[in-house]
Amino acid sequence: MKPFERLLGLAAPMDRANVDTDVIIPKQFLKSIKRSGFGPNLFDELRYLDEGQPDMDNSARPKNPDFPLNFERYQGAEVLLARSNFGCGSSREHAPWALTDYGFRAIIAPSFADIFHSNCFKNGLLPIVLESEIVSRIFDEMYANEGYRLDVNLEAQTVTTPSGEAFEFEVDAFRKECLLKGLDDIGLTLQQADAIKQFEMQWRAQSPWLFDVIQ
Amino acid sequence: MAGKTLYDKLWESHLVEMRDDGTALIYIDRHLIHEVTSPQAFEGLRLAGRKPWRRDANLAVPDHNVPTDAEERAGGVAGIVDAVSRLQVQTLDDNCSDFDLVEIPINDIRQGIVHVVGPESGATLPGMTVVCGDSHTSTHGALGALAHGIGTSEVEHVLATQCLIQRKMKNLRVRVEGVLSKGVTAKDMALAIIGEIGTAGGTGYAIEFAGSAVRALSMEGRMTLCNMSIEAGARMGMVAVDDITLEYVKGRTYAPKGELWDKAEAYWRTLHTDSDAIFDREVVLDAAAIKPQVTWGTSPEMVLPVDACVPTVESQSDEVSKASVKRALEYMGLSGGQAITDIRLDRVFIGSCTNSRIEDIREAAAVAKGKKVAATIKQAMVVPGSGVVKAQAEAEGLHTILLDAGFEWREPGCSMCLAMNADKLGSGEHCASTSNRNFEGRQGIGGRTHLVSPGMAAAAAIAGHFVDVRDMEVSA
Ligand code: SF4
Repeated sequence: MKPFERLLGLAAPMDRANVDTDVIIPKQFLKSIKRSGFGPNLFDELRYLDEGQPDMDNSARPKNPDFPLNFERYQGAEVLLARSNFGCGSSREHAPWALTDYGFRAIIAPSFADIFHSNCFKNGLLPIVLESEIVSRIFDEMYANEGYRLDVNLEAQTVTTPSGEAFEFEVDAFRKECLLKGLDDIGLTLQQADAIKQFEMQWRAQSPWLFDVIQ
Repeated sequence: MAGKTLYDKLWESHLVEMRDDGTALIYIDRHLIHEVTSPQAFEGLRLAGRKPWRRDANLAVPDHNVPTDAEERAGGVAGIVDAVSRLQVQTLDDNCSDFDLVEIPINDIRQGIVHVVGPESGATLPGMTVVCGDSHTSTHGALGALAHGIGTSEVEHVLATQCLIQRKMKNLRVRVEGVLSKGVTAKDMALAIIGEIGTAGGTGYAIEFAGSAVRALSMEGRMTLCNMSIEAGARMGMVAVDDITLEYVKGRTYAPKGELWDKAEAYWRTLHTDSDAIFDREVVLDAAAIKPQVTWGTSPEMVLPVDACVPTVESQSDEVSKASVKRALEYMGLSGGQAITDIRLDRVFIGSCTNSRIEDIREAAAVAKGKKVAATIKQAMVVPGSGVVKAQAEAEGLHTILLDAGFEWREPGCSMCLAMNADKLGSGEHCASTSNRNFEGRQGIGGRTHLVSPGMAAAAAIAGHFVDVRDMEVSA
């Protein structure tokens, strides 16, 4: 997992409440055998005018000119500004996979769905909860200013707007640590590699028939 | 101090590290892999530049998507007609060769449903921790192993670290005491237990199946029972090691031999619950009271003895059950109060990781012998759980009995259990199925599944509707 320390990222809007995982990545894309490559189909139904299917050439599809992520000014966005209950619906990890594959590193919203929230951390995506009025203010400022960049500082737990106004956010200490160091669950367990090897040696001595049989 | 349960012993022997937050790092001995839940895990390894921790702990086999039609099967992976299925099987082959893992390929005689292949090959053994990205991994608990299903992120975690982060479950013992009557099988026992405790009854628990009726079951019967632990809400079910276990394991390809066997046997003999151990919960059933079971609804707990009548909406005590019975009756196209034996069937499926082993096929063949599948049945298929089971059945001439009676004899795989390949129910069709899930649409959109034992399925195929297999003449 890519470590997340500090990000000065262009913000883009997803200006509606209760964006569910089906909106984030429609179910026809779940048949895929991959966990990368979902970016072009992020928000597929909103982004394109036709119906998306796996294996389509997305660059040739008609884009919805009214959908903000298609606007020139939001290209290269890394911070998604969203409304309440973002990520509700299923537990599929395809949702954070699609968001990170598109290029987002952080999402700011007044609230997130539970499983989605924890899936974000597992995939190096920082979900930031700010009060609803603050989120609204940031939305307004972003709309009014092209090239609006937010400074997201995980260490200090702050989001700073271009005018220098800083907002603090909460984050679980353990998850913060993992993100800062770029540790996913596997990375964390691998920090215990010595303990695992130790156990394995003793277990092999005790139950040798469990080892080297399937070759 | 109170003694230990079988689950306590298996848990403690695999504990790498206990953490302050109550989670534990548990070492995994055997990781079984199939084509549906593994691709993203391998992709994750690739993206992170990681390798499998221990190559020899893994065994892969394609099962969910493989065609069971002999002609389609003959073409191997390239011959799979459905593009998504073909890609999944091909991807498993590619991943196993990229990461240098052992795979039993599609047309190898040892290929089959992962939960049939594991015990049959000796890849799963008593005392092991066994995981697979599949909820019916509970099957392997029959050997006295700690076995449960995991999600795709955990598949990747096991591949990379040989460990899982787990919380310990509570202990539930389900005792079935007495003797099962003739014609009543482990499948009926499993369904009766689910009928008793409900599909959420085992949630949060590891189940140990015990009691004289469980001890009297063959290994294959125990597998059928443990297989359905997950339908009772428990991620794992297990049975203590005894002579029947050891006899089953001995001589299997991956089982220890010679001196190693003696050492293993001595250890395996300790894998039972201590007499003074305390369970968090205990349920006791009387084996003699269990009749052949049939599910009438859309959840495995909607189950009744074959001589019962489907419930009525009015007879339900509260609004929630009224609504769920109403919905289930509508979906299943049944009227409340209708006798189970009046349910007419369109198709019959004998197979799945619950009931596709040699004893299951013998049971079906014994009922079918010398009889004919009813003319009203559109299709009655028997799908052996593995190539080894298929060969054994053919050596015993069971396939001829079944073919003569009008059954189809298929190539091994999951098949119509979940309808990922071409074997499916049509909308509105009733199917007597030996699988484990009767959810809406499980065997095809609009399909109506009734879960039964292999003997009951064969009897239903002959009669065209459900009948008590005990009333049918069965050849010895
Ligand atoms: S037979 Fe059915 S339940 Fe068993 S592993 Fe295959 S699909 Fe799952």
